[in-house]
Amino acid sequence: MEAAARKYKAKDYKSELKPIWCPGCGDYTVLNALTRALAELGLPPEQVAVVSGIGCSSRIPAYTSVYGFHGVHGRALPVATGLKLARPDLTVIVTGGDGDGFSIGGNHFLHACRRNVDMTYIVMDNQVYGMTKGQASPTTAPDWEGSKLTPEGTGINPFQPLVVGLASGANFIARVSSSDPVNMAQIIVEAIRHPGFSLVQVLSPCVTFRPEQAEWRDIVRTALVDYTDDAARAARRLMTDDGFNVGKVLYKGERPPFRPEFENTDGSIAELEAKFSL
Amino acid sequence: MTVQSVSLVIAGSGGAGVVTAGSLLLDAAANAGWYALMSRSSGPQIRGGEAAAMLRFATEPIMSHDDSFHLLMAVDWENITRFSAEIPLVAGSLIVGDPAHGDAPVALLGGKPRQAALAMTEIAGKIENGRPNMVALGAIAALIGLPPQAMQAVVEKNLRRKGQAAIDASMAAFHAGIAAAADLPAIPKLPAVTAVSEPRWSITGNEATGLGVIRGGVRFVAAYPITPATEVLEWLAPSLAKVGGVLVQAEDELASINQIIGASYGGVPAMTATSGPGLSLMIESLGLAVAAEVPIVVVDVMRVGPSTGIATKSEQSDLNIAVYGLHGDAPHIVVASNSVADCLFTTQWAVHLAESMQAPTIVLSDQAMGQARAIIPRPAELAFIGQRETAKAAVEGERYQRYAVTASGVSPMAIPGTAGLTHTADGLEHNEFGTPSSQASDHQAQMDKRSRKLTQFNYGDHWADIEDAEGGAGDMAIITWGSSTGPAREALRRFSDAGGKARLISVRLIAPVQPERMAAALHGITRALVVEQSHSGQFHRMLRAFYDLPRETRSLHQAGPLAFGPGRILEQLKTWRA
Repeated sequence: MEAAARKYKAKDYKSELKPIWCPGCGDYTVLNALTRALAELGLPPEQVAVVSGIGCSSRIPAYTSVYGFHGVHGRALPVATGLKLARPDLTVIVTGGDGDGFSIGGNHFLHACRRNVDMTYIVMDNQVYGMTKGQASPTTAPDWEGSKLTPEGTGINPFQPLVVGLASGANFIARVSSSDPVNMAQIIVEAIRHPGFSLVQVLSPCVTFRPEQAEWRDIVRTALVDYTDDAARAARRLMTDDGFNVGKVLYKGERPPFRPEFENTDGSIAELEAKFSL
Repeated sequence: MTVQSVSLVIAGSGGAGVVTAGSLLLDAAANAGWYALMSRSSGPQIRGGEAAAMLRFATEPIMSHDDSFHLLMAVDWENITRFSAEIPLVAGSLIVGDPAHGDAPVALLGGKPRQAALAMTEIAGKIENGRPNMVALGAIAALIGLPPQAMQAVVEKNLRRKGQAAIDASMAAFHAGIAAAADLPAIPKLPAVTAVSEPRWSITGNEATGLGVIRGGVRFVAAYPITPATEVLEWLAPSLAKVGGVLVQAEDELASINQIIGASYGGVPAMTATSGPGLSLMIESLGLAVAAEVPIVVVDVMRVGPSTGIATKSEQSDLNIAVYGLHGDAPHIVVASNSVADCLFTTQWAVHLAESMQAPTIVLSDQAMGQARAIIPRPAELAFIGQRETAKAAVEGERYQRYAVTASGVSPMAIPGTAGLTHTADGLEHNEFGTPSSQASDHQAQMDKRSRKLTQFNYGDHWADIEDAEGGAGDMAIITWGSSTGPAREALRRFSDAGGKARLISVRLIAPVQPERMAAALHGITRALVVEQSHSGQFHRMLRAFYDLPRETRSLHQAGPLAFGPGRILEQLKTWRA
């Protein structure tokens, strides 16, 4: 569709609120790409909900002009699950960071992948807790010594979100870089369109607490191969890459989404009560 | 007139068999036109193991167990001493055991009950496919005056699928039990009821809670299993589907509460049920529902705490966490069911309160009510249906204020899908638009409105059940809540029958507190007895903090799982000289 013919523009999905993020934060790009993707999809703002937990990237809902829900730390996925199951007509998007999603919210991440409710989870991974001023997150390298909390490094291997997501049943897996907003928008469009639980990992540098991540822009490369629908091949690819293959969908599954039906049988409370009647 | 009733226990090691036998007896009592209450107590085994079904029958509605049991029918003695404290037996009581399993344990004999033998195993052995349980039921029926045809109908209904031979075998064993009972000492018999005067229901507290949820308008339930709340959810799963609702099993309680917050934000009234450990996990998100102003209902079917505590037994000790557990100043609603039947009323009311005030509402039930089955007069139809004030359309030239500061404190809520009213609901403190704010003035204004919507709401007479002795309230009151209301009610009745004057105040609306209504209820009262089942007297302390109590106020409290019998409360009333 030509941009001129579109019903909505990216800015129609942005609120007037100025983000609290640091200048140069990768999350600005995600906000831009997300709003661009919504414009591309032509979704009426009131038909979209963005749900988040706590952290820098979890601030996104208020920066959009769609319906937003900013909940507690780690629980964005269950809120979104309840919302989407209760309101299947809405397009539900979850945004958050690596700490929110993979540490405090880790169990929900597993089960959201497994449950495969039709929604899109965009994780801005910067391998650090930014809002609390720079602690190691589940995706931080074991030898990172930049935190006062773990001055000798964590000594623990990082969590592999895409491998775990695949193993848990995510129906769509992609990795993108905040250095390429146009590509990111396109991948988000695909993720939203794909039925079931879509997981998009964004390499989104934290310029304040991980200034060395500025190099990511030069390290990332466009993945050489297109997506597979073979989970075993996807697993091998994900387990052998270095985390910097970006820009393409890695896996698309065909599993039908979990969608319990609300049947229209109003008026039978009397029937339920009759069972108690003597 | 004091209740004419008969109380008995069926105990044995075949857990399911004992509870099933109790259920059959309850159903038969229903056929006989009686009212009944059946509680169960189980050991820690997952399946089988020892169990006891405690039953009380009467020719009029009852809400409490008696102080002691007329009859203990022991199918065997396996681990029965684990229940001995829950089965008070006195000089008039009768223990009936099977000689095949030896003598009654000494622990049961402290109250000097009578003893008799019934060769259940031997008698059952003479009947093809005869079962000792049915022999026991026959003997019980003969002892308490239950007409055999009342049981016949129950057995036919329950064993229809197993065929006529199974029905015949069961009834043969039942009649053999009746015959054998001729040799047993007598216990009180109930009169037969010729014409039942009103429609009756057979329902458990947990089922009544589930029905209240549906009647109130809830159509989304998230579930994580936990004893003793699971039956609420298991009843709701198929029942919700019949009325256009959905139940989803969540990965944990953190997920279940956040799922219902999401569903309710989406405009569908939502609830979950749990017990103490699950409530503990949900507390942070209950605060989220307060701040984001999302109506939800959380039912806590209380069990003995702290920690895993005694998972299968009852206690009223989650009052503190329900009222004070949330961090920050977090105005929310706490209500308490006070009988099996009232689980329906209170839960339905809770949905109404949550939806009307856009605030989380905790319903406190407990194992004693939740897992009890009762034959009760059919509950009244109630008009409460959750009515959420919604914003329907954008006003030209005005930006929608999700958290508008209104006189009532309730701000019309825009449901996702409504054009022109998009906003972000937030657990962060915010201004009236929902925009995050760390300003003192916004915090003050939002705190005021969240508090105001609860304090200004008209709760009507439902805040408490208030009942007086026939001669009037006099100068004495029993103040209680939850399942302690049953025995307190019966104590008041016995006191009244003996010419005593007193008032019962059973508080249904635990929070927000109602000082003016309580002051009116305590007008003329100079002595108050506070009755509750908690080790530290949580309810008494709460009353002390928020209400002007009579100078002479006594606290009668004890830890679970032992419940108060009416007699213990009555004793306090009778011996309390003005």
